[in-house]
This record gives sequence, structure tokens and C-alpha cells, in this order.
Amino acid sequence: MSARVTFATAARVLHQLRNDRRTLVLLWGVPILLQALVKFVFWDQDPIFQRLGAPLLGVFPMTSMFLVTSVAMLRERTSGTLERLLTMPMAKLDLLVGYAIAFGLLAAIQATLAAAVAFGLLGLETGGPAWAVVLLAVLNAVLGMAMGLLLSAFAATEFQAVQFLPAFLLPQFLLCGLLGPRERMLPALEAVSNAMPMTYAYDALTRVARGDSLNGGLGFDVAVLAAVTALALALGAATLRRTSG
Amino acid sequence: MNEAVISIRDLHVARGGRPVLHGITLEVPPGMITGLLGPSGCGKTTLMRAVVGVQRITSGEVRVLGQRAGSPALRSRVGYVTQAPAVYEDLSVVENLRYFARVLGAPTGAAEATIATVGLEGAERQLARDLSGGQRARVSLATALLNRPEVLVLDEPTVGLDPVLRESLWATFHRLAAGGATLLVSSHVMDEAARCDRLVLMREGRILAEDTPPGILASTGAPDIERAFLALVRSHATEAAS
Repeated sequence: MSARVTFATAARVLHQLRNDRRTLVLLWGVPILLQALVKFVFWDQDPIFQRLGAPLLGVFPMTSMFLVTSVAMLRERTSGTLERLLTMPMAKLDLLVGYAIAFGLLAAIQATLAAAVAFGLLGLETGGPAWAVVLLAVLNAVLGMAMGLLLSAFAATEFQAVQFLPAFLLPQFLLCGLLGPRERMLPALEAVSNAMPMTYAYDALTRVARGDSLNGGLGFDVAVLAAVTALALALGAATLRRTSG
Repeated sequence: MNEAVISIRDLHVARGGRPVLHGITLEVPPGMITGLLGPSGCGKTTLMRAVVGVQRITSGEVRVLGQRAGSPALRSRVGYVTQAPAVYEDLSVVENLRYFARVLGAPTGAAEATIATVGLEGAERQLARDLSGGQRARVSLATALLNRPEVLVLDEPTVGLDPVLRESLWATFHRLAAGGATLLVSSHVMDEAARCDRLVLMREGRILAEDTPPGILASTGAPDIERAFLALVRSHATEAAS
């Protein structure tokens, strides 16, 4: 691995997005709009907004980074630039970590903006600090990016890549506990939800919202999220092939 | 002749279950331009991919600069330009080249110098997606020239280009060869043959002939490479029949 190549790759990804202003505006603006929408949908039921606010702040970056990365990596594969890079002195990790740095940075901005609006304007209150919510959001974004990177290997077209969002993330969204407590689901569904990364993201965010310390459950959640990210990146690296048939 | 820079022995390749190369054996000498000529679909691209080390091969051996094709030590010494331009559509010309220059560890200023080599001055700030096909192909070519590799593998680099530009790119290729680089250049246009130092004529995954352009004309008695190619195809067909 080379720091020069890794940072060059991160800078390149950011240049690509800087040339695509509309994507940036959507990436940063949509979470704010949705957060405000949740606030107004539950206008006279503030406890519900307070319960959903922090988890949504943290889960949103996972979804958007998953989508953006899977399309970006698919383009990299279909345009021939991936093959070109792999004929150059570039380690696979240079590429993956470069992507992680760039999208992690974008997610940090995304989560900070959305958190500023949620805490500052919409009256969201959490037991734990706002920066912990933002930090978890960035971790979730990097996890979403790693999963997008991995799944893009199984998509031959951009249509397929986009369908992975409802196919792969939406079930996690339904089962993670956000819509209803997991203990009251069918046992089989609860078991499935135990194997889904978003469950741990949601759990971590609700614990921060409650004001838990890093000891116990929260620390375990963060460890699971970090481990799944590393696993997805390693599997993603395995899908980057220097030779093909 | 010095030791070959690219040395291929009994190379067999299948793509999608279908055999594409049937036992290619070839030595590419250093410091000159070797042209790989043959109709579309004859296996030129597959052969070039094997030389760069991105092609999974069935059997045989491909060595470049004394090492197995595609080995890590070769990655900064061999430049490869695919037929379809491999550039970032949403980056400008100079952003594309600066990125690849940093990946290759090319000296600063390499991007700007290479833009001049391929005649893209004035288009530096344009996004690749806004360029014409020929301009985009030149960005892709420029990428491979950034770090002055010892071996250049160019797949149809001058297709669809303006004749004036084509002339100047061939002059660049000859300058690189004169500077010691080894070039393997494919084309399906027979009239580019005369610009190469050596020719390899291919058809249906086999080599029909390899020699200097005058050597091929002399051995076939044909007035040009196109007709030499036809003569070679016919003589192979009669050989196969008898």
C-alpha cells in the first residue's frame, strides 16, 4: 500500500463529485429535508420524532453512501478504469481505502449538516452528545460504502446496482427495530435481524440517544459495525481481479 | 537482435469457453515498433491483454522484460492503452492525467507535458465526457505515456483520428522507440503497416507471418500488405487442405 496512491485516489473521487454539483446537493440536502419531514409528520407527537431522530441521522448516510459507491464502482468496472488502475502500481487497498476516505469525508459533512439542523432547528434532544451521533453516522457511512463496493461486483448494469438498495438495505431497515421492537417480531425475523448490520447501527444510535456510555451494549455495537466494515472491505478487495477471462 | 522484450511461448487462451488463441509463439525485439495486424476478432486484443497480464490464459507462457507478464514489478514499466478509452468521464483532461501520474509516481509536470505530446492543448479543462471520441482516445493514450514506460502496448491507438494527428502520433511512437522503448501496436488498418519496424500478421487466433514490412512483401511477392495478407491466407488454406 502507498499513502501517495491512496490519497490521490481519495482526491480523485472528491474531484469527480465536485464536477457533479447536483449529486453533492442531493447528498447533503436530502437528509435535511427528510429529517424536517419526519419532524412535521409527527408535529403533535414529539416523542416519536425524538425516538426516530437520532437513528435516522445515523442510518441515512449508510443508505446514500451505499448507493453512490455501488454506482461509482460499477462505473469504474465498466469504463475500463478499474482494469487500467490494476495494471498500474496500485494495491487493491489503495483503491478501497481511497474510496473510504473520500466517502467518509462526504458523510461527515452530510451528517454534520443534518445534525446541525436536527439539533439546532428541529429541537431534537438526545441523552448522549451530538458529536457521538455524527461519529456513528460516519462509521455507518463507511460501512454502507464497503457494502456498496462489495455488492457492485454482483451488478452488471446500473439498473441492477440501484435495485440492490431495496433488495439489500430495505429489509434491514424494516427489521432493524426502527419500525417496531425486535423482541416482538416473529422469532425467525428476530434471528434474521441479528445477522443484519443495520440492526447494530440502530441499536448503537438509540443507546447514544438514551445517553449510554461506551461500556457494554454500545461498545459491542460499535465493534460489530467496525468488524462488518472490515469484512466487507476484505471481500470487496477479493472481487477486484487483476485478470479476467 | 538483442534479447526479446516480450517473449510468448505456445500461448493458448479461451474466452467465454471458446478458444481464441491457438498456440501463439512470438518474440518482440526491443527498441522498435512491432505492429500486430489482422482483421477484427482475430485475437489481437486478447494477445495484448495476455502481454499486460490482465488476461487469464489456458496454457503457455508470456514473459515481459524477463518476468512473468502481469507481475507486480512490471506495473510501472509496462504501459497499456485499451481500444475503448479508459478515462474518468466526470474529470477534466488535466484532472485525469494528474491522477494517473500520481498513481504511476510520474514526475511533476508529466501531465502537462503529455497533454502537449498528444495535442490536447486548449482542452485541458474540459471534462472527458464533453470531448470528441478521438480526443478521449488521446487522453487515454496520454495516460500510458506519463511515466515513460519501457514497454508500451497500444490497442488500435489511432483509430478514427484525423490524418494529421495520426502522422504526429506515429512520429511520437518512433521517437519513443528511438529512445529505447519497445512498442506493440495493433491495427486492423493494413495501411498502417508501413509505419512499423516489424509486423505480425494474425488471423483466427494464429500468426500467419512475422517479418519486416519489406520482408513480408518480398516473401509473398505482393505489392502491398493487404494483398500479402490475402496471399498468406490462401497459402495457409491450401496447406491445410493438402
